[in-house]
Amino acid sequence: MRRYSAFAIAREAARYHTGWERAWASPEPKKKYDVIIVGAGGHGLATAYYLGKNFGITNVAVLEKGWLGGGNTGRNTTIIRSNYLQDPSAAIYEKARSLYETMSQDLNYNVMFSPRGVIMLAQTHHEVRGYLRTAHANALQGVETQFIGPEKVKELVPIINIDGPRYPVLGGLWQPRGGTARHDAVAWGYARACSAMGMDIIQKCEVTGVRRDGDKVVGVDTTKGAIDCDKLGIVVAGHSGVMAEMSGFRLPIESLALQALVSEPIKPCMDVVVMANTVHGYMSQSDKGEMVIGGGTDGFNNYTQRGSFHHVEETVRALIETFPMISRLKMLRQWGGIVDMTGDRSPIISKTPVDGIFVNCGWGTGGFKAIPGSGWAMAELMAKGYSPLANEFGMNRFAEGRFIDESVAAGVAH
Amino acid sequence: MLTLQCPYCGVMADETELSAGGEAHLKRFGPGSSDAEFETYMFMRENPKGVHFERWRHANGCGKWFHAARCTTTLEVFGTYSAQVSEPPQDIKDAITAKRPGWAWREFA
Ligand SMILES: Cc1cc2nc3c(=O)[nH]c(=O)nc-3n(C[C@H](O)[C@H](O)[C@H](O)COP(=O)(O)OP(=O)(O)OC[C@H]3O[C@@H](n4cnc5c(N)ncnc54)[C@H](O)[C@@H]3O)c2cc1C
Ligand SMILES: [Zn+2]
Repeated sequence: MRRYSAFAIAREAARYHTGWERAWASPEPKKKYDVIIVGAGGHGLATAYYLGKNFGITNVAVLEKGWLGGGNTGRNTTIIRSNYLQDPSAAIYEKARSLYETMSQDLNYNVMFSPRGVIMLAQTHHEVRGYLRTAHANALQGVETQFIGPEKVKELVPIINIDGPRYPVLGGLWQPRGGTARHDAVAWGYARACSAMGMDIIQKCEVTGVRRDGDKVVGVDTTKGAIDCDKLGIVVAGHSGVMAEMSGFRLPIESLALQALVSEPIKPCMDVVVMANTVHGYMSQSDKGEMVIGGGTDGFNNYTQRGSFHHVEETVRALIETFPMISRLKMLRQWGGIVDMTGDRSPIISKTPVDGIFVNCGWGTGGFKAIPGSGWAMAELMAKGYSPLANEFGMNRFAEGRFIDESVAAGVAH
Repeated sequence: MLTLQCPYCGVMADETELSAGGEAHLKRFGPGSSDAEFETYMFMRENPKGVHFERWRHANGCGKWFHAARCTTTLEVFGTYSAQVSEPPQDIKDAITAKRPGWAWREFA
């Protein structure tokens, strides 16, 4: 792998950019790997990367049925924050956020991490109380957040209307080192680094079956033939239920459509991320100038990667009250992803009833921010059989009643 | 927009007139049930890519609960039926078999 640098740009400029190499190889699958990861989204690729980087396990294949990063990783609104309520969540999301700080240097790939700050608006008295509680919890967890009043919100977001009428802004939970990153670049950067370590990233290769010898996994069937492995990591977000069924166990997961949309590009007008959970909407401005808007999920199971139009309408209607100026914007594009929702709105990073199969899923509407921390924990779990970061997120927590309840605190959890 | 016919009042109801109630035909276990049974009832979900059975409520209409059989990959609706049954009636199963031969969903097929 040739490093990207200012020098490389100058060198290539001098020879008409003929020397750039492919960022990652596209090999045919081998007969056998130590580890197969299903799903080349951010979480799958990060798992592979940390298997190599932290544990020296590089005989790894990442199998992807479509194209790399074409799932939720390439469809999300890229909000990064770690101001969760429960301790296990704070630990893994803050680990992830801190890895984002140095990701561009670590991967030698510009992921455009922009710690511009995230505000979660409090628009009811319940929310004020809830966020005060979260701010106190975060202080104990070592996550830097602060509860700010409406004047400070207005100072940070001049385009906001804090006076209501229906939902006045009463304050907000402010995380100054939260922000956004370029979603595709996160997937591409990890893919390039994995490929450089000798791992095989195989696109257009759908896993169609899981082969077992008794209680142990021995390989997978794919559209490119059978491939053997010692360990299998299932990291397929919305398709987790489908993969679990192939493997012979069940998951407490439902797959729903979540949508986002962007406006026409306009001049810079908002340099922080604002989330309004009471009215189910959130917004940030991309580097291109588009207002990036997201809302809540549809209510019913769906694998079509498109949601219902009235959800977009509801989201925008709610946001217009808080940001009156967006009523004049034309919306350019709208899309959907299939998110994997658990009962307590927290992820699953776990061993499974099948020996050698590990699962990482349930990130639902909010897993982009978690990619590096999740990959770190999943790699440790797969390599050593135990990971302190992943420990509380085992799939048996539902039977044991040990929920990591983030649904109350997070509302719209992006 | 998803449109379902309410089997009670007969209205072809748009999604905005309905509220989704999640997976249908969950088996509830009584007091003294095992942890595994309770977990299955409370959290485990079929979540199929294909034929699915669900509960819906005609919330902004007659207010009644009913069942729907639907495909989660195409959003095609196979039919709606009474809430007072613990498995899909034969005509719904036949309608699904005509369009999706070999479908399976828990013990009903
Ligand atoms: C509209 C929207 C907005 C969002 N906004 C945010 C946000 O602001 N902040 C945030 O933190 N999170 C957000 N999220 C959530 C976030 O996108 C996801 O949690 C995260 O990207 C999941 O990453 P992943 O790698 O687990 O899944 P994915 O990126 O979906 O990757 C899974 C991959 O597995 C592949 N796959 C599936 N089945 C198979 C098979 N049988 N064989 C081979 N490959 C298979 C898929 O093709 C896919 O590429 C949002 C999601 C959506 C949809
Ligand atoms: Zn009705």
